[in-house]
Amino acid sequence: MTEAIRTDALVKTFGHTRALDGLDLTVRTGEVHGFLGPNGAGKTTTIRILLGLVRADAGTATLLGGDPWRDATVLHRRLAYVPGDVTLWPNLSGGEVIDLLGRLRGGLNEQRRADLLDRFDLDPRKKGRAYSKGNRQKVALVAALASDVELLILDEPTSGLDPLMEQVFREVIREERRRDGRTVLLSSHILAEVEALCDRVTIIREGRTVETGTLGELRHLTRTSIQAELAGPPAGLAALAALPGVHGLDVQDSRVRFDIDAGALDAALRHLTAVGVRSLVSQPPTLEELFLRHYDSTRAAGGRHAEVPR
Amino acid sequence: MTTLTGTGKLVRLILRRDRLLMPLWILFVGLLPISYASSIADLFPTAAARQQYADVSMNNAGFVALYGRLFGSNLGELVTWRAGFLPVIIGLISLLTVIRHTRVEEETGRRELIGATVVGRHAGLAAALTATFGANLVLAALLALSMASQHLPATGSIAFGVEIAAAGWIFATVGGVAAQLTDSAGGARGIAISVLGAAYLLRVVGDLSGEGGGALSWLSWLSWLSPIGWVQRIRPFGDERWWILAPAAGLTAALATAAVALSARRDVGAGLLPPRLGPATAAPSLRTPLALAWRLHRGLLAGWTAGFAVLGVVLGGVAESVGDLLRDNQSLQDVFARIGGSAGVIDAYLAAVMGILGLIAAAYGIQAALRLRSEETSQRAEPVLATAVGRLRWASSHLIFSALGPALALATAGLIAGLTHGLNTGNVGRELPRVLAGAMVQLPAVWVLAAIAVALFGLAPRLAPASWGALAGCLLFGLVGATLQLSQWLLDISPFTHIPKAPGAAVSATPLVWLVAVVVVLAAAGLIGLRRRDIPLT
Repeated sequence: MTEAIRTDALVKTFGHTRALDGLDLTVRTGEVHGFLGPNGAGKTTTIRILLGLVRADAGTATLLGGDPWRDATVLHRRLAYVPGDVTLWPNLSGGEVIDLLGRLRGGLNEQRRADLLDRFDLDPRKKGRAYSKGNRQKVALVAALASDVELLILDEPTSGLDPLMEQVFREVIREERRRDGRTVLLSSHILAEVEALCDRVTIIREGRTVETGTLGELRHLTRTSIQAELAGPPAGLAALAALPGVHGLDVQDSRVRFDIDAGALDAALRHLTAVGVRSLVSQPPTLEELFLRHYDSTRAAGGRHAEVPR
Repeated sequence: MTTLTGTGKLVRLILRRDRLLMPLWILFVGLLPISYASSIADLFPTAAARQQYADVSMNNAGFVALYGRLFGSNLGELVTWRAGFLPVIIGLISLLTVIRHTRVEEETGRRELIGATVVGRHAGLAAALTATFGANLVLAALLALSMASQHLPATGSIAFGVEIAAAGWIFATVGGVAAQLTDSAGGARGIAISVLGAAYLLRVVGDLSGEGGGALSWLSWLSWLSPIGWVQRIRPFGDERWWILAPAAGLTAALATAAVALSARRDVGAGLLPPRLGPATAAPSLRTPLALAWRLHRGLLAGWTAGFAVLGVVLGGVAESVGDLLRDNQSLQDVFARIGGSAGVIDAYLAAVMGILGLIAAAYGIQAALRLRSEETSQRAEPVLATAVGRLRWASSHLIFSALGPALALATAGLIAGLTHGLNTGNVGRELPRVLAGAMVQLPAVWVLAAIAVALFGLAPRLAPASWGALAGCLLFGLVGATLQLSQWLLDISPFTHIPKAPGAAVSATPLVWLVAVVVVLAAAGLIGLRRRDIPLT
């Protein structure tokens, strides 16, 4: 399988801040890759390095088989980019910006442009200053998605879109996935979106990669949450607490809750069946919990009560 | 809650936000007449000299157009007349201030933030007008004090202060009305400035027709249609006509009422005139960075070129009369000889004027070059650079305007000044090429300033605004350097020191070639820096 993007041990410092600290990212050709991280984790810096706008201090980056810094203009013909914070020229209409950016990239699919304008419900005649934040975002999205390119780099593309438009965005990206050879790098905060769209995910924190893989793989690496109602008094459960891989055991009357590492599930269940099980709920971790475990270690240790603020 | 609740707090917010800007223009404009008074008193020390100066000035179309009519020859009247452009400047500042605190606030969405608090619906407009009215009152007091400090009569001094402030009040309300009409601050500024321009033009046409009692003198009533014409007819230091303040106050009240009525009829953020829509698709020509740069620079280019055309008419138009004035006045001749060379009175004047035009054109060059920086910091450069457009191609698309824009402006001013001066002297064939050359010869120095901006943008982008400091330095050296007896090597730092004083002095190529070489080195350094650095660097 070929790789559309590969970075190895990227380092970038701004003054005293180490924005990237050995970041690894691999995006395979044809996949939709989720790029997750809290504010300031280095997502935008990574994307700017991939676009040849910012030069890495150390490490290597390869984009579509080329050097993103040296071959920038050649590579840019083959990709489209949506920045996280879109500002438009106040005196150019949205339609003019879409056409201009498409042409500067080397052309744009007229029919797809019309289709996208329709689906995103965007009036292309308004001047740049008259658009709301969400509509500015749509202008950049239409400009990028209407181009016939191999790679889409989207930096938090749905910030400012309403739920209806977010739905449209998901549909469009799913269609992209069906088209052969199109690769999407999607940086996002909206975990449900990443869960719905992405084949593989990379989670970064403080400029370093902390997890990467398919959602299934990531789930396998983490804990499942168990809730059980037992038939008898949970007297013999002291041994369960001592079992390696059991976290946050919480016993109330005959109810038991705990989180369990994937490898220890079998042994733990045997403890429960020894007492007798009336009902059992097993929940695989959501992406939100994966995310939280990496960013908020104290709450993650406390178990699954965490709610992810949107 | 009434519609004016919270006005006081908003006035304080305006004063807080403008705590630098407002005192700055009040002080600058308020003290300016001191320099007029002292220089006129120096240059024309006797009543006879002043009378002669007044006689020449009264009958010169260029002066009448620029300053208005001169009603008498005492020192106060001469200073008031010399300050005849101040009502326009104060009108401009006042209308911009009001729009800045009304429509700009709405356009950026800050008005909504405030509107959601305990603030009446007219409080924003009332606060902007109150603050601007107050600033004009302070200015009036300062102007009166400045005049009185030059031993001018108190009544006239007060009338002079009131004259300027009245213009400020009227055009503050013009700004208030314009801010209700469009949904963009740019549009509101356009409307209000057009009104100001029309008022100025009416005044010019009326005064020019009245001057000299020619066949068109019946048109002089046109000046009475212009608020600028009104306030000048208060005639400070002559027979102060206080009654003119009545129509001025009436117009102010009427416009303020209109602004409030209009604002009651519209939604926050919207304008009364519907926003204009643009094209749904781009014209086929909008496909290169240069085409984009043209869209971003064309307004600036048109504005500067038009401004330079007007300067050309005025400066070329008065050249002949300046000659008359200077011939009898040794001290004034010395002033022009110092900055314009000693090849003859009129040529010295023209060369001095061209040098000043060069400095102004350099401001345009810097402004156009710094457009690159504002594109970068506003994150509009990023999407363009993420396409197949290289950094050098992107930068040069803007720098073309930084280089050729000032060239076009200078050529326009040179051509028109040469033409008007040539028509006045009856020898267009001789004057036009000489004056045009005097304008164009400034270009290498203009480019040096623009190239400094490019170098800073590429190598130390956060310091890019320091290029304005370089221009201020040149201005200082050019205007006061010789007077302050600064040593020559210090003066030589300014590129304008090396520009031949044409027309008059012979134009030698050597300094121009050197300046162009400096331009190439600075620009190349900036572009190399741009290729190596991170974008955006904020």
